Formats: sequence, C-alpha cells, structure tokens
Amino acid sequence: MQFAHSEDQQLIRESARAFLTAQASPAQVRAALAAPCGYDEGLWRRMSGELGWTGLAIPQDCGGMGLGWVELCILQEEQGRRLVASPFFATVALAAPLIDAAAAGAQRQTLLRRIASGEVRIGCALSGTDGRPPCAGLSVELAAAGDAFTLNGVSDFVIHGDAADLLLVLARSPGSSGDAGVSVALIPATSAGVAVYPHVMLDLTRPMSRVQFAGVRLERTQLLGEPGTAAAAVHRALDRARIALASEALGGAEHVLEITTEYAKQRIQFGRAIGSFQAIKHRLADMMIAVEAAKSAAWYAACVAEQGSEELAEAAAIAKSYCCDAFFDCAANAIQIHGGVGFTWEHEVHLYFKRARATATLLGSPAWQRERLMRLIASGAAATPVF
Amino acid sequence: MQLGFTRDEERFRDAAASWLEAQLSGPFRDIRGVSSASAMLERRKEWERALGAARWSCIGWPEEYGGRNASLAEQVIFAEEYARSGAPGRLGHMGIELAGPTILTFGTAAQKQRFLPPIARGEEFWCQGYSEPNAGSDLANVRTRAELRESANGAEWVINGQKVWTSFAHFADWAFVVCRSEDGSRGHRGLSYLLVPMHQPGVTVRPIRQLTGAAEFNETFFADARTAATNIVGAAGEGWKVAMGTLSFERGVSTLAQQMNFRNELQAIVTAAEASGLINDPDIRQRLAHAHIGLKLMRYSALRMLSAAEAGRLSNEAYTYKIFWASWRKKLGVLALDVLGPRGEIAAADPYQWELLPRIFLSSRADTIYGGTNQIQRNIIAERALGLPKEPRGGP
Repeated sequence: MQFAHSEDQQLIRESARAFLTAQASPAQVRAALAAPCGYDEGLWRRMSGELGWTGLAIPQDCGGMGLGWVELCILQEEQGRRLVASPFFATVALAAPLIDAAAAGAQRQTLLRRIASGEVRIGCALSGTDGRPPCAGLSVELAAAGDAFTLNGVSDFVIHGDAADLLLVLARSPGSSGDAGVSVALIPATSAGVAVYPHVMLDLTRPMSRVQFAGVRLERTQLLGEPGTAAAAVHRALDRARIALASEALGGAEHVLEITTEYAKQRIQFGRAIGSFQAIKHRLADMMIAVEAAKSAAWYAACVAEQGSEELAEAAAIAKSYCCDAFFDCAANAIQIHGGVGFTWEHEVHLYFKRARATATLLGSPAWQRERLMRLIASGAAATPVF
Repeated sequence: MQLGFTRDEERFRDAAASWLEAQLSGPFRDIRGVSSASAMLERRKEWERALGAARWSCIGWPEEYGGRNASLAEQVIFAEEYARSGAPGRLGHMGIELAGPTILTFGTAAQKQRFLPPIARGEEFWCQGYSEPNAGSDLANVRTRAELRESANGAEWVINGQKVWTSFAHFADWAFVVCRSEDGSRGHRGLSYLLVPMHQPGVTVRPIRQLTGAAEFNETFFADARTAATNIVGAAGEGWKVAMGTLSFERGVSTLAQQMNFRNELQAIVTAAEASGLINDPDIRQRLAHAHIGLKLMRYSALRMLSAAEAGRLSNEAYTYKIFWASWRKKLGVLALDVLGPRGEIAAADPYQWELLPRIFLSSRADTIYGGTNQIQRNIIAERALGLPKEPRGGP
C-alpha cells in the first residue's frame, strides 16, 4: 500500500511542467487557437517526437516506452494546467486504448506502433449527432457489401476531426441498437465519401467536427476485431479515456486555483488585499477542498486503470464526475473572484471555464456518470474489497 | 503507486477478522453494533480490556508500550476489519488516538512508561479538556488556571476553571487539559498541557443534553483539582504547541474506521430508499451517488494522507479532510430524512428517541462545529495552505 507518486513519476511531472511552462504560455496558447485546425503543430511535433509522449503508455513491443496509465495521466494533468490544444488526448488517451482493447495481434501492434511514433493524429467518431456517450445514439451504419463493407451516416463531436490523419469510427449493423452489433473501423480521413465539417465550439481549446460518411468503402482489414462485438472493448477503453480526461480536468482546476489565489493576494480594494476578506478566502478554500478531493479521485482511478482491476467502471465514473464538477466550480469561482477582468475575452480564465464545461460534457456528463454509478452499485459491480 | 495488499497483509487481515468474529459472536455478542458514548459502559470497558490483552488495541504503537509496531497497511486493515465486524465504538478513543500519540511524541520516558501501557491494556480511559465557555473557535482564549504549589505530596499543579464538550468525561480516569499557567499571559502564550486525574474531589462532571435528546458530552468543573508537578507534557507555558499536535493526530488511521461507520449509515439509507421506493427517484439517485462518491473520496484521501505521513510528509489534503467529511455527513443527514418521507419525523419512542436515520440527521449538525468549525477550517486552509493574509485579531 503506497498511494503516492514514485520519484520517477515526480520527475515526469516536473519535466513536463517545465517544458509546457516554456512552450505553452498563455500567449502561445492564444496563438495556437488562431492557427489552422486550432492547435500548435510545432508543439505537437515536439511532444510526439523528441519527448516521446505519444509512446509513453504504449507497450515496448509496440514501439512505446511501456509505462502506464498513471504516467499518462500525469501528462494529461500537466496539459490540462496549460490548456494545451493538441491531438494528444484523442490520439493517445482515447484512440490508443480503444485500439488496444478492440484489435489483436499484428493489427494491434502495427497501429499502436504508429501512435507511439507520433506519425498519426486520430479523430474518434464515437457519438451520434446527439452527443450521447457510446453506444447509445450511435447512428453510423456498417453494412456488408460482398467481401467488403460500407459506412453510412453522421457522427458528431469528433475532436480535432479536421486535423485527423485517421478516423476511428464506431458503427452499428443495420437494425441493431444499444450495445449490440457495434463494430470499430479505422480508415484514412481522406477516404472517398468522408466529409469533415468543423464547428465553432464553446470551448475554443478543443475543436470538434461533424463527420459524414456517405458510402465509404472499407476492407475487412480495416475493422478492429470481430465485426459487431466491440461494445465491451469500447466501454473498457472509454473508461480509461474518462480517467485521462478527469486528470486533465484536475490539472485545469489546480491551475485556476493557483492563479486566482495569486490574484487575491495582489488585488487591493478598501486598502487591503481582497484575499484577506473571508468572503474571498472561503471561496478559495472551497476550491482547494475540491482540488484535493479531485486529486484523490483522479490518482486513484489512474492506478485502477493501470492495474486493470474490476473497479475500473466505478473509479472512472467517480473520477469523471467529481473532477469535472470540481474544475467547473473552480473556474466559475475564478471568474467571480477576478471580477470584471474575469469577464473579459482578454483574460485567460474564460478559456478554463469553457474547457471545464466542455470536458464535463464529453464522454458522459457528471450526472450521467452518477446515474451509471447507481446502476453499477445495484448490480454489485461497484463492490470493492474494502467498501 | 501501489493500491493493493501483500499476501502477508492479507493473512494479517484474516487473523484480525477471525479474532473479532470469534469475540463478537461469542463472549461479546451483546455489545455488537453499540456505538454511542454512553451505552453499556461496563461491558464495553471489558471489551477494551479484551482488545488490550490480545494486543489489538493500539497496534501501531511500539511493542514495549503494548502495541505491535504494526505497519501503516496493517493499521489500515485492522481499522477496516474492526468496523466491518460491527465491533462497538471505542471507549478508549481519546486515549488511543489523542492522549497516547501526544505522549508518544512530546512526553518524557517516565510519562510513556506510566501512561501508555494502561491505555493499550484498556485499563485507563481519557477525556479532552480543551474548549471552555469562552474558548470555542478561539481556543487560545483559555481561562482555566493552573498554579504550581508545594504540598505535603510534593509540588503539585492546582487547577481551577471550567471545560465544556468533554466527551467521555463521565467515565474517564484522566483528562488532558490545556490551562493558563502564567498570570497575565494572553492567547497561545503561557498555556500548559497537563494530565489530570478525574477521580478526585476537585473535579465535577455534569452531562449536557444535546439537540439530539441524548447526553453524550459534559461540562467539567475544576475547583482546586490537583495533579503532580511532573504531569505536564512539554515545557510549562508551551502547551499550545502540544495541544496543536494532538489536533493533528485526529487525522490518523481512525479516520478509516470512521468511514466504515459512514458506509454503514449510507447502506442503511439505500436500504430505506429501496423500501420507500424513492430509490427510483432521479433526484434521490443523484444524491445517493454523490454520497457514494464522497465516501470513496474520503477513503482515497485517507490513504494518500497515510502514505504521505509514513514518508514523513504532511500533504495538503490533510488540511481539507475534516471539512470534507463533515460537510459530506451533514448532507447525508438530510438525505437520510428525505428517503424516509414524512414518517421519518415520528420519534421511535418517548422521550425523544430516534432510529438511526433521523439520528444521522440530528447528530450531523455537530460535525461541522466540533474539532474546528467549517468556517475556522476554511480560514486555516486559506491562511496556511494557500498563504492568504491572516485574519486581523481583535484588541484586548
């Protein structure tokens, strides 16, 4: 029993923080949002290339460093602190675990190797147009056409869909519903019949697109695993992604707590720092209480994801709901404590507020996670050795 | 990061669980599940002595004082198994969790020899003399006075004053008492931390009835009460530092046992919601899920704190732990009454006696007050952990 990061893990955090402090300053993040596809291509190249972050949690026999989800979640936290906009989450924390769970053998190895090397950016077309987490609401259909298959339909909320080299597509067999008949396909984003329509999103730091599939032809080799049986792998992979997302939210929450505390020490009104008033102090204290509990939630869940324990669904639901709520509350308080300046476009705090809201929505809202948790408890699946 | 337990630790768990089960289905079955501070006192004192005789009482202490030198993991495991077994609430709590660790940290060799073994054997019970009528949140405003005098028994402290909210005082053998020992001193200067025998003519204990209807704590009056000059922990005038040390021990392994009790309360609420059908109400479901999440987060946070403590660090979550659980339980109390519906407001018996769920509703109102109110906790977090400017103090 040792629930603390090791020295090696601390080193990963420290070097990531130093790197992102230098390379993802608020001004650099602003510049990235205005760049084509809304992210800093140079930063992504360095993260994936020279730093090897894309391969950090990928097994060594697949070209990665063979570290685990705890280390990956540390990188997520650090990127969350800086609001780094990049294809990292979608490619490494969402697509990679899904490929890992759904594919096998040489196919799995080849694809993970391409992610580890940083050569591909993957857009994940997992939701239908209503944005509900899979597999509900999934409307893209995969139909057999002789030896091959065709994809038809619309998927939405595809993160960095306009910058993707490959699209990971969840599709269902015609007439199926729920978890039945779900397949995973991986196709080039340039495939004939694919059209990508970027949205202007509430959260400026995580662009999303609608992706239309009109008679897209694919070979059997472009499906991961057995057609129609992917649901279990999808749920497992999504829970790992939720934990990574919760870690990112934790980083954001911690950062807004820090900048708001600093502001409360500097800002003078009525002849004293506003941080000396209990009305402000107590809000900041509440933010810290939420941040500390969010750390416990995210760190514990990262351990569970790494150890592959049966607590995965429960830990993911807890971390996703709690960390996202904590981030939103902290960012909302940050705007309030900054006062008028917090309501300006120029100040960075609104970027965190919007990221917080959008992160909460992604892959199942906090309320959705809590309802899911109740069902897990009722089924006995949330029982752990201790509680 | 390592969440699991080793095979040896699991064997330790089996040993603890089977000892507890044998006792609680055998000689002590009559006190299984008894938790109030005032029920079945004599039987529960026997239980404390049985724990002590089997060395299950203070397992983290050094062996020479009656402990087992148990590792952190073993302490966690024992706390869990203790609560899981439905063993009664620990009457020895104040000695085991507060007085003992304080003496271990700040006491002299002679004090350790004198006081620790009887605590570990379940033979001497303690209570805490901190709060006073005018020293609540402002704990340093202590007025109870201690004066060193020569007497036929040698030098003695003579104590005069009043303490309140002294849980367990009605049966305690000893009290640790913060007194003002320097005339004219103010605030946290000039205080001393004394160990005072309760069974003497100068000590009077009067129960205080709480809003729950029960009387689980007391006010304690000292009128020329005496204790030996050597029964001071730390130097005279430096009791504040020792008292603050005691408060930090409140965040020890016992928090895990407390959580198991919370778990039992939450389980009872879920059962009641199933019975009333409100388990299908979307709002109730969200609140039950919030409660479950909060409980799990307490556990994860406690494991973080304990891991940090074992590495000799005090981590930030230690500042936030008290307000987190206290706020959580207060919400749980409202939920408890909500799942019962209107019938939850009918008492179980006269005079003003309540079943478990309404008791949670009532008793949880104290959680955000004692041990530092939520408002004081927020000040401490803001000033010590976040480094915000200190509250201005009032003049004389």
